[in-house]
Amino acid sequence: MSLLTVSNLKKYFPVQGNMWNRKQVKAVDGIDLTIERGETLGLVGESGCGKSTVGRVILHLHEPTDGEIVYDGINVTSSSIKNLRNRMQIVFQDPYSSLNPRMTVGDVVGEPLDIQNTCQTRAERDERVLEQLLLVGLNTDHLTRYPHEFSGGQRQRISIARALAVKPEFIVCDEPVSALDVSIQAQVINTLIELQDRLSLTYLFIAHNLAVVRHISDRIGVMYLGKLVEVCEAKDLYLHPCHPYTQALLSAIPLPDPKAAKGSNRILLQGDVPSPIDPPSGCRFRTRCQKMKPVCAEEEPVLKEVAPGHICACHFCE
Amino acid sequence: MLSINDLHFSFFTPAGEVRALNGVSLDVASGEVVGIVGESGSGKSVTASVITGLTQAPGRVKSGEVMFNEIDILSTGEKAMQKIRGGEISMIFQDPMTSLNPVFTIGNQLIEAILLHTDKNHKEARAHAIHMMSQVGIPNPEIRMKQYSHELSGGMRQRVMIAMALSCEPKLLIADEPTTALDVTVQAQILDLMKTLRSETDAAVILITHDLGIVADICDTVVVMYAGTVVERGTVDEIYDNTAHPYTRGLLDCLPRLDGDTDSPLEPIEGLPVDLLNMPPGCPFASRCKHTMNICLTTPSPEFELSESHTSRCWLHTASRKAEVRA
Repeated sequence: MSLLTVSNLKKYFPVQGNMWNRKQVKAVDGIDLTIERGETLGLVGESGCGKSTVGRVILHLHEPTDGEIVYDGINVTSSSIKNLRNRMQIVFQDPYSSLNPRMTVGDVVGEPLDIQNTCQTRAERDERVLEQLLLVGLNTDHLTRYPHEFSGGQRQRISIARALAVKPEFIVCDEPVSALDVSIQAQVINTLIELQDRLSLTYLFIAHNLAVVRHISDRIGVMYLGKLVEVCEAKDLYLHPCHPYTQALLSAIPLPDPKAAKGSNRILLQGDVPSPIDPPSGCRFRTRCQKMKPVCAEEEPVLKEVAPGHICACHFCE
Repeated sequence: MLSINDLHFSFFTPAGEVRALNGVSLDVASGEVVGIVGESGSGKSVTASVITGLTQAPGRVKSGEVMFNEIDILSTGEKAMQKIRGGEISMIFQDPMTSLNPVFTIGNQLIEAILLHTDKNHKEARAHAIHMMSQVGIPNPEIRMKQYSHELSGGMRQRVMIAMALSCEPKLLIADEPTTALDVTVQAQILDLMKTLRSETDAAVILITHDLGIVADICDTVVVMYAGTVVERGTVDEIYDNTAHPYTRGLLDCLPRLDGDTDSPLEPIEGLPVDLLNMPPGCPFASRCKHTMNICLTTPSPEFELSESHTSRCWLHTASRKAEVRA
């Protein structure tokens, strides 16, 4: 059985409007996904496509508008989440704002343990905190220091240690490396992969950088305007992208190779992502799609299997 | 056209002297696109602010020379600098959100720049502004002129910034991370626009970025910076095919590739960036380098010429003369 099953997940945020005319941002609009034990599911998409919201709704940091989240056979609701928090954790994007500047590293990492009442004695707690720091490549000296004394990469390691403190099985990584320099980014990615092997963790890895997601993930889901448009094996995504949006996204990435850059035929998307308050009818990508036909405006494409383990939502996918 | 010679720049903070630039030299020819690559704190943005005379206390130029078309930028007064800045040298900043004034319309800001730097009257300036906006691919420029920056998307705002920067026909355009705040599909649009504009004008461009992909895409020559020094420079092909400096090699190796092998771990550059407050006496990269030799720890490497256009600051290039060096 899958570790996590999400079905028809929706999250709308109220914006603007008045009593008679309420408007909502449809950040996530009906998503189904499953994550198997021990795998990494990558979630990519542009800003505003709802990928971070999915991660947060799964952990009930936002109450879902509709839909069902089942974690290891337990229905995740606002009453059951408290007991699940020591099995599901999150690492946030910005290592500068996600650590309390007034707490020492030891307290930051120890806080989840205090909240969950995991440790009986102080000595046990301190030992557990140190264990986590060693896991992510920090040491005893760092325990009594404050977050401002650390670089971005080290702070992100502290965030990872905090997430690991309660010994979770599942971690949502919400853009964990996008605020870091490239040389440091590689260090943190390697740490995450190592930890997964050692502690048999399951990741939901959210990022906008396709190359990073492809490196760390087993399967990748591509999101556009609150919908999943394609899910497949990480290797397949680059070799056989099916959805026109995935194809455009892949070709938009500049490759660090001047020869490839000269020879490439870039698919240039016109315009911007439409507003999620009032998304286009039918297929949401149709306003920017090159394969657009009248049917796209009338009928919303559903996710269908194009190859084993490869699903795609487009009318023209074989 | 632009030549920077042995520039030293430091921030004098209460904690001590932060040595942001340690002897940077750079030449930009007319019509050339030069990419400056490096991580945060490598001095790329400081270099740009020195060229445009936008440095602020506690930062100060210690020594060196910046010549732009026979004008010595460092000794030019603020009044004269205001004429040059926005006119002959213009800039595109990283964040289009904060670089436009939210209380004036887009049109207002474009016209202001044109009136300041050309002798066009208001009517001509308006027509020119509309022309520039359509040239950078903004649909319905007449309507957009009357809008405020918050009514435009990130990509549109960056187009406005480009239109503004190009409106006075600059000879040098400095683009400081112009696409970092944008999504990849919008980034592709902006890069494509920059390529077209490049073939239409003969302005030189300095493109500051940390993305080696963008550099490969549109630059002619590349300058790699680390801890305020230029560690390697060369044409795009030389940098990517005959990478000479271990830092450049490290930067290229640590990127996850779209077509790469996902089973083997990435090769990060170990360690942390150098502390600019306490610079080591030798090569600044020595503490993170795989090939550190004794000499690296004591003496900074001179610039070795590998070909006419390709130089690298690394003692490894004396490998054939290693014995000599040790003795």
